[in-house]
Amino acid sequence: MKRQHIDKGVRSGFLLIALFSITALSLIMIFLFIEGLPIFDHVSIKEFIFGKYWYPTDDPADFGILALILGSVSVTFLSGIMAIPLGIMTAIYLAEIAPPTVAEIVKPIVELMASMPSVVIGFFGMVVVAPFIQKLFNIPVGLNMFNASLMLAFMAVPTICSISEDAVFSVPTALKEASFALGATHFETIVKIIIPASLSGICTAVILGLSRAVGETMVVLMAAGGAAMIPGSIFDPVRPLPASIAAEMAEAPFRSEHYHALFAIGIVLFLFTLIFNLIADFLSHKFRQVGEASL
Amino acid sequence: MNKRKNIFISIIFLLTISSTVFSGELVIKGSTTVLPIAQKAAEAYMAENPDVKISLSGGGSGNGIKAIIDGTADIGNASRFIKQKEVSMAGTKDVYPVPFRIALDAIVPVVNGKNSVNNLTIAQLKDIYLGKIKDWKQIGGTPGKIVVISRDSSSGTFGVWKELVMKDERVIPSALTVPSNGGIVQAVTTTPGAIGYVGLGYLTGGIKAVKVDGVEGSEQNTLNGSFPISRGLFMFTKGWPQGETMDFISFILSRKGQDLVKEAGSIPLF
Repeated sequence: MKRQHIDKGVRSGFLLIALFSITALSLIMIFLFIEGLPIFDHVSIKEFIFGKYWYPTDDPADFGILALILGSVSVTFLSGIMAIPLGIMTAIYLAEIAPPTVAEIVKPIVELMASMPSVVIGFFGMVVVAPFIQKLFNIPVGLNMFNASLMLAFMAVPTICSISEDAVFSVPTALKEASFALGATHFETIVKIIIPASLSGICTAVILGLSRAVGETMVVLMAAGGAAMIPGSIFDPVRPLPASIAAEMAEAPFRSEHYHALFAIGIVLFLFTLIFNLIADFLSHKFRQVGEASL
Repeated sequence: MNKRKNIFISIIFLLTISSTVFSGELVIKGSTTVLPIAQKAAEAYMAENPDVKISLSGGGSGNGIKAIIDGTADIGNASRFIKQKEVSMAGTKDVYPVPFRIALDAIVPVVNGKNSVNNLTIAQLKDIYLGKIKDWKQIGGTPGKIVVISRDSSSGTFGVWKELVMKDERVIPSALTVPSNGGIVQAVTTTPGAIGYVGLGYLTGGIKAVKVDGVEGSEQNTLNGSFPISRGLFMFTKGWPQGETMDFISFILSRKGQDLVKEAGSIPLF
C-alpha cells in the first residue's frame, strides 16, 4: 500500500515538473504572439516580410525586414558552408580513424569549445578578427558577413561534431566488418557504409548546429557590422534578425509600433528555428537505420 | 486567534505608514547618457541625507519620460527634449512634465587617427551619412572608401545626430550600426576609412576628433554655443517638483552637483 503511494507520488511529481516547463514555454510563445501580432494593424504581412527599408524610429516609420531576413539567412548559410564539412569530417576522424589516445584528448577539447560563451567569441571577432581580415583582404571594414559567419562556424562546429560523432560511433560493428570481409578498404567502408548508416544522426547534427547559428545574438551583434541592407558580397556588413532585437529592444517605447515590430521579428525567428527542428525531426525519421539489414 | 490577526494587521499597517513618513524615497529612471550623472549625484545626496533612499535605473530617454507620465518614477532622465507625441500623451493623462536642463553634452564626429581630414562642414557630414559622398578624396582626404558608422536608431545620441546633422533625413542602410559609444571608438580605431560620432567624454587615443564648420568640439565651445552638434541633458518631473524631488534637483543644479556632472564626463552648465 505504502509503496504504491510513493510510486504514485513520484509519478505525479514528474508529471508536474514536465507540465511546468511545457506550460512556461507555451506561455512565452503565447506572449510572443500577443506582443508581435499588433504590428500587422499598421503594416501588412507582405510589407513587413518583403519591405526593403528598416527605419523603425522615423516618422513615418518603415518596418521592412527583408534585409534583416537576408542577413540572417546569408550569415547562417555561409557559416554552414564552413562548419558542416569541418564538423562532419572531424567527427568521422574521431570516431573511425583517430587512435584512441588522440580521440580521448581531442573529443573533450571539441566539447569544451561548445561551452565557450558567445560574448567572448563575439568580442574576439570584433577586436582580433575584424582588423585582421580587413588587412588580409584589403577591404574597407572588417565587421561584416564573413567575420560573423566565421565566428558562428566556430560555435556550430562543436555541436555538429559531437552529435555526428555519436552517430558515426554507434554504427554497428557488424556492418563495418562485413564491408571489410568483402574486401573494401577503410576509406570505401567510411564512404559507402558508415556515412549512409549514420546519415540521420549527421543530418540532425547539421540542423541543430545551424539552428544554433541562426538564433545566436551576441556574435552577430558584435561582429556582423549591423547595416540593415541587402548584402551584395560576403564582405558587406549585415544585420541579422537577433541583432536587431537585442540592439533596439531596450530603447523601444513600451507597446509602441517599434516594440511590436521587434516582437514580430521574434515570431519570424521562432518560425525559422521551428522549421529547422521540423526538418531535423523529419530527416532523423526518414534515414533512420533500423537494424543491420536495411542498408 | 482573531485578536492575533488584528495585531498582525496593525503592525503591517504601522510599518507601511512609518516607511512613508520617516524616509523619503526617490525613483529615477531613463537615459543611459544621464545615468552616470544621476548615479554620482544620488550617491553624494544620499551621503548627505542618510534617510533618503534613491533607486536608479536606465532604460533610455523614452522610458524615462514614459515613467513620469505613468507615475512610476519621480524623475525621468532624457538625453533629448520631450517629443510632441509624448506631450500629447501626457496631456491625455493630465500630467504636466517639467523639464530641468542639468548638463550639456557635445557629439563629436571622429575619424581614424591616421586620417588626414581635419575639418568637415555640417553639409558634408550630412552628405557622407546620406551616402552622397563615398570617397575620402571627394572631401580632400587620401583616396579610399568612407566607412560610415552610426548608432542604433533608437539611441539618444543617434536622435540628436539625426536632428542636428541629418535634418531628419535618413542615414543610408549600408551604414554600420554599433550599440554603444565605446563600440564606435573600437570600430573607428581599427578601421582606417571609418567615420563615426561619439559623446565628448569618449574621445581617446586611436581616434581623431574632426572640427565641425571650423569649430573644435570642446567644453568651452559647447558652453558658448559655437559648436553646432550639442545637446542638453534633462531631468523631467511630473508637475513642478516638491519635497525630496525638488531638493534633489536643486542639489544637481548647485555648484557641488555641477562638479559631479563634470566628474561624470559631461559638460556642467556653469
